[in-house]
Formats: sequence, C-alpha cells, structure tokens
Amino acid sequence: MENLSNYLVISSILFSLGLFGVVTRRNGVAVLMGVELILNAANLNFLAFARFGGMNMSGHVYALFVIVLAAAEAAVALAIIINIFNNFNTINIDDVSEMKQ
Amino acid sequence: MNNLNSLVFFWPELLLSVTILTAILADLFYSKKDSFKVVYWSLGGMFLTYIAIRLQDIEPTSLFMGTVAHDPFSQFFKILILISTAIVMLMSLVSGELKKYRMGEYFSIMTIMTFGLFLMTSSIDILMVYLSIEIVSIMSFFLAGYLKRNSLSNEASLKYVIYGAFSSGIMLYGLSILFGLTGSTNFFEMQKAISLLGADSNLALVLSTVFILVGFGYKISAVPFHFWTPDVYEGSPSTITAYLSIAPKAAGFALMLRFFNQVFGDMSIDISTSWSAINNVPWPELIAVLSAATMTVGNLVAIQQNNVKRMLAYSSIAHAGYMMMAIPMMSNSSIEGVMMYLIMYLFMNLGAFFVVIYVKDQIGGEDYNSFDGLGWKMPYVAIPMTLFMVALTGLPPTAGFVGKFYIFAAVIESGSRFYWLAFVGVINSVISLYYYIRVVRHMYLIGERNDEFINPSSKLVLSLLVVLAIPSFVFGWYFSPIAEWISKSTIMFQGM
Repeated sequence: MENLSNYLVISSILFSLGLFGVVTRRNGVAVLMGVELILNAANLNFLAFARFGGMNMSGHVYALFVIVLAAAEAAVALAIIINIFNNFNTINIDDVSEMKQ
Repeated sequence: MNNLNSLVFFWPELLLSVTILTAILADLFYSKKDSFKVVYWSLGGMFLTYIAIRLQDIEPTSLFMGTVAHDPFSQFFKILILISTAIVMLMSLVSGELKKYRMGEYFSIMTIMTFGLFLMTSSIDILMVYLSIEIVSIMSFFLAGYLKRNSLSNEASLKYVIYGAFSSGIMLYGLSILFGLTGSTNFFEMQKAISLLGADSNLALVLSTVFILVGFGYKISAVPFHFWTPDVYEGSPSTITAYLSIAPKAAGFALMLRFFNQVFGDMSIDISTSWSAINNVPWPELIAVLSAATMTVGNLVAIQQNNVKRMLAYSSIAHAGYMMMAIPMMSNSSIEGVMMYLIMYLFMNLGAFFVVIYVKDQIGGEDYNSFDGLGWKMPYVAIPMTLFMVALTGLPPTAGFVGKFYIFAAVIESGSRFYWLAFVGVINSVISLYYYIRVVRHMYLIGERNDEFINPSSKLVLSLLVVLAIPSFVFGWYFSPIAEWISKSTIMFQGM
C-alpha cells in the first residue's frame, strides 16, 4: 500500500474528475469545485513526490502555498458569483452570456 | 543569497509594497467623490520605484534562497510594466464609465497587480511562478468585474475567473509532474536533472510541458487557450482591457522566455548567442505551431468583428502570435525581438484603446459606425488613431515596423527550420491590414462631411494622445537608444 504509484493513481483520478466537473457542470459553484479537485490532485502529487522521493521540504512548502492560494481564489470567485446572482438571478454559466458574436 | 541580505536588492518591490499600503490607507480618508486622488499616491510611489530600479546595480544574482532573480532582463520588464501601469492609471482618470464608482480601490488593486507582475518577470522557482501568476490573476479578476452594476463586466469577470482558475490548476498539475521528475523547484537544478533523465521519462516530460503551456498560453492568450480573451476584453472597463493586453502579456512573455530557455534549454551551460533544447523535448516545435495558429485565428476572426474593442481584442491575440514566433528560436536576437516588439506594441496598442475609450465617452458607442466622420469632428483623435492603426499593421515608418522587423530577423536568422513560420507571419500581417484600415476608412471616407467640431474634453486627453502617438511614430525611424538598451538587457541570471 505504501508506495508512490498508488498515490499517483489517486491523484490522476482526482485530476480527471476535476476536469470532467469543469467541462460538464453548468453551475458556477460546481465548476469551482472541479477546479478545487484539480488543485488538490496537484497537491497530492507534490506531497507524494516529496515523501517518497526522499526530497527536501520544498514539496511540502509548495502544497501549503497552494492551499492558501486556492482559498484566496475561491473567495474571489464566490464574490464574483454572488455579484452575478444579484444581476442575473442565476448562477448557471450558460445563461450568463450577453456577449455573442 | 539568504533572505536578510536579499532585502538590499529588493528595494523597488519594497517601495511598491509601501505604496500599496499607503494607497489603501489613503483611500480611507477620502470621500467617494475625491477617492480618485489615490492615483497620486500610487503614481508617486511608482515613480520612486522607477528611480530605485534605475539606481540599482544590475550584476545578476539570485535573491531569497534562489527563488527570485535580479538581473538586467527582469529590470527591463519591470520598467516596461511601470510605464504601462502609469499610462493606464492616467487613462482611467478621463474614462467616463469608471466615474460612477469609487476609484480608490481600483488604483490600489492595480498597484498590487504591478507587484505581482514584478515577481512574474523575475521568478526562477516554480513556487514563485505559481505564486506570482496567482497574484496577478486574482487582481485581474477584481479589475475585470470592477463595474459592479454593469452586467457585461460581471460576465467578463465570471468567465475570467473560471478560465483563469482552471488553466492555472492544469499548469500546477504539470509543475507537480515536473517536480516529481526532477526533485527540485529551482529552474537551474531542474534543468540539470532533466538533462540526466533517460528516454523512458520522455512521455511524462512532454505531458508536463503541455500542461505548463496551458497556464502560460492562457496568460498570453495563445490559441487554443484564448477563448476567454474576446469576452473579457469586451466586458471589462476599457482601461483594464488596455492594461490586460499589455502588462500581464509582457510579464507572461518574460516568464515564458525564462522558463523554456532555462529549464528546457541549455542556455546556462556557456554564454553563447544561441542554444538548443535539452533532452529532445519538442517544445520549440510545439510553440511554433501554437504561434502560427494564434496569429491566424486572431486575424481571421478579427476581420468579422463589428465592435472596435472586440476587434482590438482579437488583434491582441494575433500580436501575441507574432511575439511567440521568437520564443522557439532560442537565441539572443529572439529575446531582443520580443523586447523590441513589446515596447513598440505598448505605445500603439494603449493608444488605440485610449481612442476607443474616448470615442465611447464622446460619441457613445464602440462599433465601427461610431467612428464615422471622426476625421472632421475630432481630427486630434483621428490623426493619432490612423497612426496607431498603421503601426499595428506594421508598416514603415512607424514603430510597429521596427518591432516586426526584429521578430522576423530573429526567425530568419535561426535557419531554414522555421522559414515556414516567418512565411505565415508575413501573410498574417497582410491580412491584418484589412481590419485596421477599415477603422481609418470609417473615420475619413464614410459619413457626411460637416463642420461640427467637438472640442477635446480636457488637456489630459490631448497630452495622453501626444505621449502615445509620438513614440509610435518616432521609434519607427529613430530607435538606436532603445536597441542599445535592449541589447544590454538580454542578460539573465544563469544559476550559481
């Protein structure tokens, strides 16, 4: 159980699920959840490589930074989605398209 | 260099951080009507930053335990970013659509974005790459949606945040694979590790290259990652559109040049004028194909637009394609080409956007028909606009020609492998003539001639037009000081 490839398999599954979520979901919040899955897949990669590759601390530090930045990004994205809801009364991203050419 | 000693070389960024805090605090003391005065604090701080950059000793070193480079290359881009930020801030003062909102935060957010762009141009560690890209992205999401009650601006920020978060997530996954292959986050250690990798890891290497290109491609709006560009550019406040088409793109190109040449190229082995890709990673071919696709799609779609702002959005995609042509050449002249093009592009593109902003405020529209008869109504706008359009096409004797000349020279110089790319570039420049000249045609040939004359609304408008028009013309035939500056600025920090 304790080997690198298991972790890589899990992270690639997470990545694919995130990709699938972003492409298929039409709800703004659900799309953001897909993005979070992608970020967590990358985080898992960093931690697994740092743990099993016998590397220095940089992988762990990287993961910490990613967690903080993901939170910041989610905060901004949710603020934008609230603003969208106030103006359009929906958070379905297909309905939010007045610009078309 | 350790963290404490690095601070001595970090003066410009420190000054910029103080400026950010001052701007945020100053905003608290102004009423809504007066809050645009924050711009004076921001501009003053940025002027001090400029002086600090200029006074610095530019011996290449690395700061903060090898995460930030301090070299002439980043210095050049920092100055470019400061100039464009200052011009856009002045443009924001005359823009009508921003007047209804509190302006204080707008300027402080722009200053924070400048700080992020500074880090982007100088990062030599994949942690700093991700961190700086995110600082810039998050601030630009804010700015794109700054017109809170305008539904187009809302839509722009939503599209921007979804595409931005998605592509930076994919880039992060690519970076994590690269980290696993090399065991380091530092550019130079990664490069050493990659050159020692066997052929069995090539698949993972190519995969991570493609994923990383998604992130960079989004930042410079290269085709297949360009879908956000037209909508975000059309919906955002026009000043921010102008800013997004220059500053983050310049920083994105700086980052791309540094990353691909230093991680996937053998640039640091000895200081020569050209180098090659290591371990046969096919990134030069990949970027060459993307570049050809970028300029072709940008130009062909720009032809079909009826909105000048949207046309300029597609044209900025095409210009990103021209600049991308130089990246796979891996030579000193290719770096010079990108730098020269960016300087010239800064003035002519900001000028074109400024004219669109001003026409929208005075006439009330952004489509081609709003430009009808402008040659008589507002000659002081129509003449610079003609110049900007000719310069964007790349005809002599304007600045655009010099930029294109440097890029094409770099492509031809690197040998017959990329002649096809230069050919595609030339064809595309010809196509672009059509939609740029269409603006001029609307200004002078369509619409009745009448004696109606609209006076310029302020002195600032006139002086901004002059400040942007003079370089677009003069740099077309007198550019030796710039060429000299650029040839000194190609020196990058090359590792310990």
